[in-house]
Parts: sequence; structure tokens; C-alpha cells
Amino acid sequence: MIYPLTLITFIPLAGMLLILCCPAGLKVACKWIAVLATLPQLVIAGWLYANFDTTTTAIQFVERTPWIRAYHIFYFMGVDGISISMVLLTALICFISVFASFGIDRAEKGYYALLMLLDTGMMGVFVSLDFFLFYIFWEVMLLPMYFLIGIWGGPRREYAAIKFFLYTLLGSVLILLAMLGLYYYGAEPTFDMTQLAAQAGHYSIAFQRIVWIALFIGFAIKIPAFPFHTWLPDAHVEAPTAISVILAGVLLKMGTYGILRVNYPILPAASHELAWLFLGVIGTVNIVYGAMCAMAQKDYKKLVAYSSISHMGYVMLGMASFTAAGINGAVLQMFNHGTITAMLFILVGVIYDRAHHRDIDGFGGLAQRMPVYAGITGFAFFAAMGLPGLSAFISEVLVLIGAWQPHPIMTMLGAATAVLTAGYLLWCFQRIYLGPLNEKYQALPDLSLREAFTLVPLAIIVLILGVYPHAVLTLLNTSLVHLNQVVLTAAPGAAIALH
Amino acid sequence: MDLGSLASLRYFYPELLLTAGMLILVLIDLVLRDKAILGDLALIIAAGALLAIGLEPHSTGAWLFSRMLVYDSFALFFRALIALAALVAVWMSMGSEEVHHCEQGEYYAVLLASTLGMFLMAEAVNLLMAYLALEFVSLTSYVLTGILRHNRRSQEAALKYLIYGGVASGTMIYGMSWIFGLAGSLDFNVINRALFAGGQAPALAIFIALVLILTGMGYKVASVPFHMWAPDVYEGAPIPITTFLAVGSKAAGFALLTRFFYPAISHLAAGGSWDALKGVEWPQLLLIICAVTMTLGNLAALQQDNMKRLLAYSSIAQAGYALMGFVLLSNEGIRAMLVYLFAYYVMDAGAFLVVMIVANATGREDIGAYRGLAWRGGAVPAIALAIFLLSLTGIPATIGFIGKFYVFAAAIREQFYVLAVIGILNSVVSLYYYMRPIKEMFLEQPEGDQPPFAIEVWNYGLMGVLAIATVALGLYPPPIIAFASRSLHFFVGPS
Repeated sequence: MIYPLTLITFIPLAGMLLILCCPAGLKVACKWIAVLATLPQLVIAGWLYANFDTTTTAIQFVERTPWIRAYHIFYFMGVDGISISMVLLTALICFISVFASFGIDRAEKGYYALLMLLDTGMMGVFVSLDFFLFYIFWEVMLLPMYFLIGIWGGPRREYAAIKFFLYTLLGSVLILLAMLGLYYYGAEPTFDMTQLAAQAGHYSIAFQRIVWIALFIGFAIKIPAFPFHTWLPDAHVEAPTAISVILAGVLLKMGTYGILRVNYPILPAASHELAWLFLGVIGTVNIVYGAMCAMAQKDYKKLVAYSSISHMGYVMLGMASFTAAGINGAVLQMFNHGTITAMLFILVGVIYDRAHHRDIDGFGGLAQRMPVYAGITGFAFFAAMGLPGLSAFISEVLVLIGAWQPHPIMTMLGAATAVLTAGYLLWCFQRIYLGPLNEKYQALPDLSLREAFTLVPLAIIVLILGVYPHAVLTLLNTSLVHLNQVVLTAAPGAAIALH
Repeated sequence: MDLGSLASLRYFYPELLLTAGMLILVLIDLVLRDKAILGDLALIIAAGALLAIGLEPHSTGAWLFSRMLVYDSFALFFRALIALAALVAVWMSMGSEEVHHCEQGEYYAVLLASTLGMFLMAEAVNLLMAYLALEFVSLTSYVLTGILRHNRRSQEAALKYLIYGGVASGTMIYGMSWIFGLAGSLDFNVINRALFAGGQAPALAIFIALVLILTGMGYKVASVPFHMWAPDVYEGAPIPITTFLAVGSKAAGFALLTRFFYPAISHLAAGGSWDALKGVEWPQLLLIICAVTMTLGNLAALQQDNMKRLLAYSSIAQAGYALMGFVLLSNEGIRAMLVYLFAYYVMDAGAFLVVMIVANATGREDIGAYRGLAWRGGAVPAIALAIFLLSLTGIPATIGFIGKFYVFAAAIREQFYVLAVIGILNSVVSLYYYMRPIKEMFLEQPEGDQPPFAIEVWNYGLMGVLAIATVALGLYPPPIIAFASRSLHFFVGPS
């Protein structure tokens, strides 16, 4: 296939242009163009998966053309083990979110056009290896997200949308400054991430610390790491279902992906020095604090949003461990969190579409009327709890095994939070699905075929990765072990040993 | 080359064309009853001036009219930018409801006269000439601001503008007299040699003179603390004139400011950096002015409910970003400033154009007029305005991002980290008020019966061109970068 990465990135953009050309009356056409734009993405993602060489750390499927010569900027795309898993996740989640969007009933044209733009932005972030290009995609994403929450969202959508935009813009301008710093103070000016990584030793440790922290704040806002997380519950609560799915499924991963893509290889010494505090401690706070907040929620969607914050904490903890198991577990957790949280948000959307509220205490006994729905919810809840045999178990255990040696206390806290997680999920399940049936909801229909279609593929993946995690782990392992090695050898102690 | 009056004319065609055009407009206005043709004619003259700039002979530079003016690539950049601003202003005037009710002959003639004055500001290399050009621009601007004779706001704005302008230019010429006293000449080149010759001129005296001169120039670019006139004038003037002042007048101000503070009183050192006069702390002063300008402009814009006032404060903040390039004392910084000013031209003109389209349709300029615009038939202008405003914020894939990128890159390169951080935080703050109209247009539903939007072909055409330019040059900026890089040359004569 020629230019697979360009295709996978820009096919949705072509879809957007088609949708914009559609006459306003043809609402059905918009939907199906969106489907037809995301389906090839999924196919190309499958092709990439099949043709990806898992034995090398080299960048694959490279495309590189000069773009702005005055600043040595290239149109440079490629994937390695870290990004390919995210490309797969993005393609999958975007495809599913189009179907999850079929309930949108006003201004469909604008909605699907923006969804396609968002898709291009996200995919672009994961495949670009030129920092400038990465940054463009990173920012291009913000805009459709603002409108998708702001126009099609809930009652407080304006507040949530502008809050999201302001927070993430603050993060990204810090990334911009850090990027310019890396450009000018390296051995030679470049935005090429691989070259920047190659000249990592050139940056003084003091410079690395400052840039590292600026980048970290930028990325942490996306994760979202405590204390930058407050935009997330608002955004989730107001966003339409499909947008929550994308937000939790893909967008949050960009924060941790950015740290793995930029901070670790380009600033390895600072990473080694600062990760325990910024990723380890903050990650643990995320895990515990997120779980506690989730327990206190009365709104179903907010509960899922906080559980999402809690689960992203494991990713950060795993990244801070600098062991092969921990870092593999972290990226696997990114993938698993993407699929499981996507399911959870779709499930919240299902009940919200029927009952038009999300008050956990306002339901009861729904399992009697909606057995299939309750069954799948149970499955997703167990997956989120990390039940053995389902995907999150593997990744969380890997993270905890990896983090045990370097950070025993954080690991214990992280492991103990599993109890809290089980607590809030089971309690929530009990209040909504079990007990006597709430008389108001006598006549709720069970899952529709479309809804089942959005959930079942995700459930299958969760199940497969629960018993056969190697399907994803083999993709990651080579690149991540190499990256881990890079950081470890750049640590101050190791540097002395080398000289 | 030091050219006399006759030899200079070869390099003076655009200005001659403007002068002739201006006179022709006045004459035709006397003869013809149908005034509609005046706008077309003014458009042709403005386009002709732009074309004449493009066709100018290649030259590394020359002094014109016995060292009154200079012909170099730096002047060329600004004349082109000013001509583009005039072109947009005339085009907008032809589609403006406000302008249809005023005296068209005078209006277009004065507009072209003002353009001529701005050209001269970009070329002046003599303090006297600089003062005359600046004053010429000011006088014509007062007239244009107050051209809506039956509109009280327009009258009030013109008067305020006049008073502020009078004080500013009076202060400036006083400062110039100090420089004349210290250096013994009005010629930039001679001033430079005299000031750098050593010893004689006390640094404090020079500094005071520069501060006084800065009053006049700062007033033209609307930098804090000389910005107070801007919101009132921008609000009161007809929208095409507001655009012209915001874009053209500001560019001319930057041209004069740069030419005076760089080649006239600084030395170009190796590696493209500039040395200011020892002991004269104007770079530090301008650094503070720059930081305060963008911060104050952005904070004040947060409170505005009138789109013209909002854009007025925004344009103060934008001048602050452009000043960031100016204060770096390097060619890299000047280039960033040029790129920024070009970007600012495209996006700010576009934003004002949409404000005019909405004002034409609704007769209103407050943010409330934009409520639900996208859902009541104005989707195209709404999207265009969104593009312009996001570009002003500096969101990527727009020309505004390229401008900001260059300015911040130059600041980081020259190690002005604090300034870069202030600038960056400012652009986050600015997002809030730039998003307000966007929120009104897209996130709110229209209320009551709003008049439907008529599509005005000419206005929409220009809007489309500017919107496409905003995005296209944002994705592929090399043409502008090349243009700005070529324009970095100041002609200072044989060394």
C-alpha cells in the first residue's frame, strides 16, 4: 500500500469535505459518508497491524517530505510499537463512535463534519514524528471537540466546552514553548523527533528539567493528571455519548502517549529523575483520588468519568516504574482503558437516551426489563474492576508487578484501590440494575441492534486481550524495552559509568 | 545611490499614481451625478498602486528626493501591505451601508490620500519627512473617522482622535528637536553617525528624546500607554475605515518605528543582531511596553460587548505580539514582526469584514447581533468569522499561528524567555474573548424573528479570499516567509 499513514489520517478529512458538500436535506447521507470514511481507516489499521514488523525498534511505514524549509520542518510520519497500538485504538473507537452518534438529531451535517475533523486530528497526532506536525494535529483536535461539546452537549455545555478549550490550550502553548526550546538549543535545529532523541545528550540537565516540566504540564492536562483533571468530569457530563467515547477512548491517551513520545526519548535524563514524582506520585493520587471521587458521585456519567481518571493513574504509575513489565503494562493499559471506558460511556448513553437522566439513585431493577443491557454492563464493570480473564487485569497486574520494585508504597496503594474500584462499580450496579424495578421504567426497551453493534466488538476485544494479551503486547514490547533502556542509560549514575 | 528629484520619480510611480488618482476622484466627483463609479475608480487606483509596487525596478536601494525618502526592500514590504489594506478598505467601502450615506467623492479621495501618507511613512529617512508623513496620515484619518457627519459617535471619535493625535505629534516633534540638537541633523544616517561617534551626546538626553518620539509612533501603532484613542475611534468610524486604521495605519506606524529605532539609532552587528546605543535603555523600555500592551489589550477585551471595541482591544494586544519581534534587537525578530504583521492584516481585515456584513444585515455591532448566526442563514459568514478569530488567537492551521510561532520562536532564540511566557499566557487569555462571538454564533439558538441574511456577492467574495488565505497560508507559509526574509534589508547607503 502506498502512503498508508497519509491515507489513514486524511481519509476522514476527505469525508468531511464530502459531508460539507452534501445538500442540507440529506441527513442520512452524512451518517453513511462518515461510516464510509472511518471504515477504510479500520481496514488500513488492520493492514498496518498485519504488516508491522515486531522485531525492530525502527520507525516503520515512513513518509518524509520537506514542508517549511526555513525551519527544517518536515511532513514526517511513521509508526513504531508505541504508536501503532494507538493507531489501532483510534481507528476502532472512531468507527464505533460514528455508530454511537446515530442518535444525534439536529445539525447532523455539522456534527459529522466535525467528527471527521476530530478523527483526522487524533490519527495525525499518533502518526506524526515531526514535532511541528504533531503540534498542528494536537491543536487541530481542540476545535472540533469544542464545537461537538458546545453545540450538541447537555445543559451546561457552553461552560464545559470553553473550560475544556482553555485548559487544553494552556497545556498546548506550554508544549509549543518547550518545542521551540528543543529546536534552538539542540546540537542542530530540528523538529524531527528521532533526531531530537538522537541528540538528547546535548541538552544540559537544568534545561531538560525545565522543558520536561513544561511538556509534562501540557500532556498532564490531557491525561488528565491531578490537579489538572477538573475539566474532565464537566466535559464528559455535557458531551454527547459518542464524544465522551472518543474523549475517554482516545483523547486521554494522547497525554501519556505524548510523554512516551517526547519526554522519554528526548529528555531521558530528566525523565529518569522526575518521573517518580510527576508520574509515580501523581499517578497514585490519580488512582486513589479518582476512585474516591467516583464513589461519591450521584451522576452515572460522572462516576465513569472519575473512574477513567483513576484508571489513567495506572498508566502513569507503570510509566514511572522504568521496568519492562511496568512500561509494557502502561501502554497495554492505555489500549485496554480505551476499549473498556468506551464501552462504559456507550452504556451510560444507552440509559440516558431512554430515561433522559443519569441519576444513579433514580433507577432500580433495570435488569428485569433490560437483561441484555444489564448483562453487557456487568461485563464492562467486571472488566473495569480488573477481573482475571478480562483485558484490564493483565495490564494492571503488569503495571503493579513492574512498579513494585522501585515504588513499593505507591504500588500497594494502587493495588489496594482495586477494592474501592470494585466498591463503587458494584454499588452503582446494584442501585441501577438490581433491586425492585422502578415503576417509571416499566416499558424501557432493551438494547437495540445498533447499540449492540457498538458494544459487542469492544467486548470481544476485551475478552481476547484478557486471555491473549500478546496480540497487542508483541507490538509494543520491542519499542518499549528499547525506550526504557534509553532512559535508564541516560540516568546520571549510568552516564558516569559509561564515560 | 543618492538620487535627485527627477531621477527619484522612477521609484515613485505608486505614490504618483495615488496622487493623480486622488485628484481625478475629486474632479470626477464634481462632474458626475452617479457616485457609484467613484468606488470602482478608487478600487482600480488602489489596485494600480499595488501593481506598480510589484513592477518597481529591482534595486538594492536608493535615497530619493535628496535623502528625504528611501527605496529599499523594507519599504517595499510595508508599501505592499498598506496598498493591500487600502484595497480591502475600498472594497469594503463599496459594500458598506454606512459609507453609502456619506460624501463619496471626499471619502475615497481622502482614503487614497491617507494611503499615500502611509507610503511616505514607510519610506521616510528624515525626521522632518517622517513627521510630515505621520501628520498627513493623522489628518486624513481624523477626516475619515468623522466622515459620518450625522452620527454623533463618529463625530466624538474624530474629536478624540484629533486631540490625542495633536498631543502625541506635538510631543513627538519636541523629541525630534532634541535629536536635532544632539545630532545636528534630521537625516537618519547622519543622526546615526553622530550618535555613535562617541562621547558628546549624554545618554539621558538621548533617552528623553527617544521617549518623546516614541509617544508619536506608539500612538500610531496603538501601544500602551498611547492606546486610549483606539477603542473609541474604532467604534465610531465606519467599519471600512476602522479596518484601514487597524491594519494600514498600524503597519505604517510599525514601519516608521522600526526604521527609526533600528537603522537610524542602532548598529547592525555580525550575525544579524543589532546593537543599541550604549547606556540608552530604550530596548528595556519597549520590552515593558510590549508586555503591558498585550496584557492590557487582552484583559480589556474580555469585558467588551461591542464587536468593534472588542476587535479594537484585540488589535492593541496584537500590536503587542508584533512588538515582541521588535524588541528582540535582531533581524530574526524583525522578520518575525513582518510575518506577524502580514498575518494580522489577513485575519483582522477578515474579522472586520464579517462585522461589516453583519452590521449591513442587522444594523447592529454588539455581540448580541451574532446570536445563533450560524442557524439563521448566516452559516458562511459565521464560519469565516470563526476562522479569523481562531487565527487571531493563534490556533494552528491558520496564518495567525504561523505569525505567533515566528514571534515566539524568535523570542526563544534570543533568550527572551519571560517575554515568551507572557506572550503565550496572553494568547490563552485571548482565547476566552475570541471564543465569545463564536459561542454566540454556533452554540446559541437564534431568538425571535431575525431578518434573513442576504448574500452580498462582493463582500462574500472578499471574505472567501481572506478566509482561504488564512487557512492556506497557515498550512503552507513559505511564500510569506520568503517575502518577509527578502524585506529585511534597510538601505543605509555606502558604509
